[in-house]
Amino acid sequence: MKLPTLREIGTEAKLLLIGIPVLIWTLVPIYHMFLFAISPKEDAFSGKLWPDHPTLHNFEIVFRQQHYFLRDFWMQFGNSTVIALATGALTLFIATTAAFSISRLRAPGGRAMMNLALFTYFIPAAFLAVPMYRTMGNYGLLNSHWSLILAMVTIASPYAIWVLKQASDKLPVELDEAATMDGATTLQLFRLVYVPLMMPSLVAVGTYAILLAWNEYLYAFLLLSKDTDITLPVALGNFLAADDSPWELLMTTGFIYALPPAAIYYAFRRYMVGGLTAGAVKS
Amino acid sequence: MAITLSDHAIPRPPLSARLSTPQVWGILLLAPYLLVFLAFVLYPVGYGLWLARHPQSYVELYNDPIFARAAVNTLIFLVIGINVKMLIALFLSGFFVQQRAWIRWLSVLFILPWAVPSIPTILSVRFMLNPEWGVVNHIIFSLTGDDGPNWLNDPTVALTMAIGVHIWKSLPFWTLILMTGRLAISNDLFEAAAVDGASFWQKFRYITWPSMQTLYITCTLLSMIWTLGDFNSVYLLTGGGPADLTHVLSTLGIRYLRLDQLNLAMASIVCALPLVLPLVYFMMKRLSR
Repeated sequence: MKLPTLREIGTEAKLLLIGIPVLIWTLVPIYHMFLFAISPKEDAFSGKLWPDHPTLHNFEIVFRQQHYFLRDFWMQFGNSTVIALATGALTLFIATTAAFSISRLRAPGGRAMMNLALFTYFIPAAFLAVPMYRTMGNYGLLNSHWSLILAMVTIASPYAIWVLKQASDKLPVELDEAATMDGATTLQLFRLVYVPLMMPSLVAVGTYAILLAWNEYLYAFLLLSKDTDITLPVALGNFLAADDSPWELLMTTGFIYALPPAAIYYAFRRYMVGGLTAGAVKS
Repeated sequence: MAITLSDHAIPRPPLSARLSTPQVWGILLLAPYLLVFLAFVLYPVGYGLWLARHPQSYVELYNDPIFARAAVNTLIFLVIGINVKMLIALFLSGFFVQQRAWIRWLSVLFILPWAVPSIPTILSVRFMLNPEWGVVNHIIFSLTGDDGPNWLNDPTVALTMAIGVHIWKSLPFWTLILMTGRLAISNDLFEAAAVDGASFWQKFRYITWPSMQTLYITCTLLSMIWTLGDFNSVYLLTGGGPADLTHVLSTLGIRYLRLDQLNLAMASIVCALPLVLPLVYFMMKRLSR
């Protein structure tokens, strides 16, 4: 084995000099949250880097809803789940049909529709939130889960359509022609040829929509208000309303809330990186 | 006149005969998105613009010192915050493309801020900066024996922290995008440059940057558009405080909305349009090709 030269050691040291601050920068807020989650109340506020008596007691309190702020925890967890899944399903339906129509059927007006979708994609979400709030009021949907689901679908679909259109433009035209020659109807073409071939992109887009809805704070906070209707992030924000907030419980709830999206992200990382980031910015 | 008449003389075939079956299906399958667009984009935007029609709203807005402050804060956030973020991302993308096992592991961890929801992590930072109980001031106290500053009580520091939180959250995403840009550059170029004895800086200046500048500029603009809609970083860290001095346009619009001043909320957004529309136009031209 060859001993590393001085030059190689120098390069390695320089890389470490970048890597270690990056690691600390990345992990500190997450570690801090985790630390609070496993600390009893006295330890949490003492500023220690590791609690003297690590405990899972906070998780027990959250799961058993044994605190004023947590009395609807499971209900809110369920709301978040239902809204995320419904957003994922609806977005997939709307975006797949639209992308199929624009890219494969070359529907009249398809190009214009794509441009409208792209335009929507570029409206800053917080700007659209203001008129969206009033619109939902006019439709009589305020405080209904549908308002949040539909708002999230509105925000998720443009990007979903764009990604799916990019992916389906790459499928060869001969495929559709061959299927049509064999007597496939348009719907059969969609169901039996298009959807199976698009599966990787559909997984990416579905995951994207689910994570978007699960993570959403602003729209959830505007559109829902009853304690039993709100989603977890809004419940977390409500902790701030009190002066003596139980921060260790807030961090525990936040930690539980952050786990599913992180797990989904890492499980589908291959799809997410391939399907989304590559398409996010076309150079 | 004669031409118009002869046009009418020949009856046009009915719509259904002019469209083929796939085209009919095409229109039908576009309908779900069209409905969503009409009901939840076109109607709200039109309604919002209609609400913002009174010149009086703009006078009120102009006289509200919070608005001027929010506009300046937004510009600082975009011009300084985003450029600092993109420069760091450009630098780190060069770090993460190095072929080392530990760097690959680090890149997996590095994605975490992007993968976890922003609310709990922003609240975590907020508590770290708490002047009495936060870990930051605990460390300062144990090192120097002095009390640390009241971080979020100074508008400049608070806004800087909000920008920091924004960078923490979205840096991994942009680094990842710029990494794909770097990986697309042919290695032959670097080898040839190495043979010619090019320095680190020369390699960057003459190989990396020319092949990445379009991507870099696109990313910067896209990030600016998205950051205009970044409500969480400011709202959950500072709540717009102290004394409403750290608002940005996105939190200010929501503040007016909560105060039931919908016309002001919409007017403040309309004021941002001269900034947004050119960016949107540019991005659409790039992406719809």
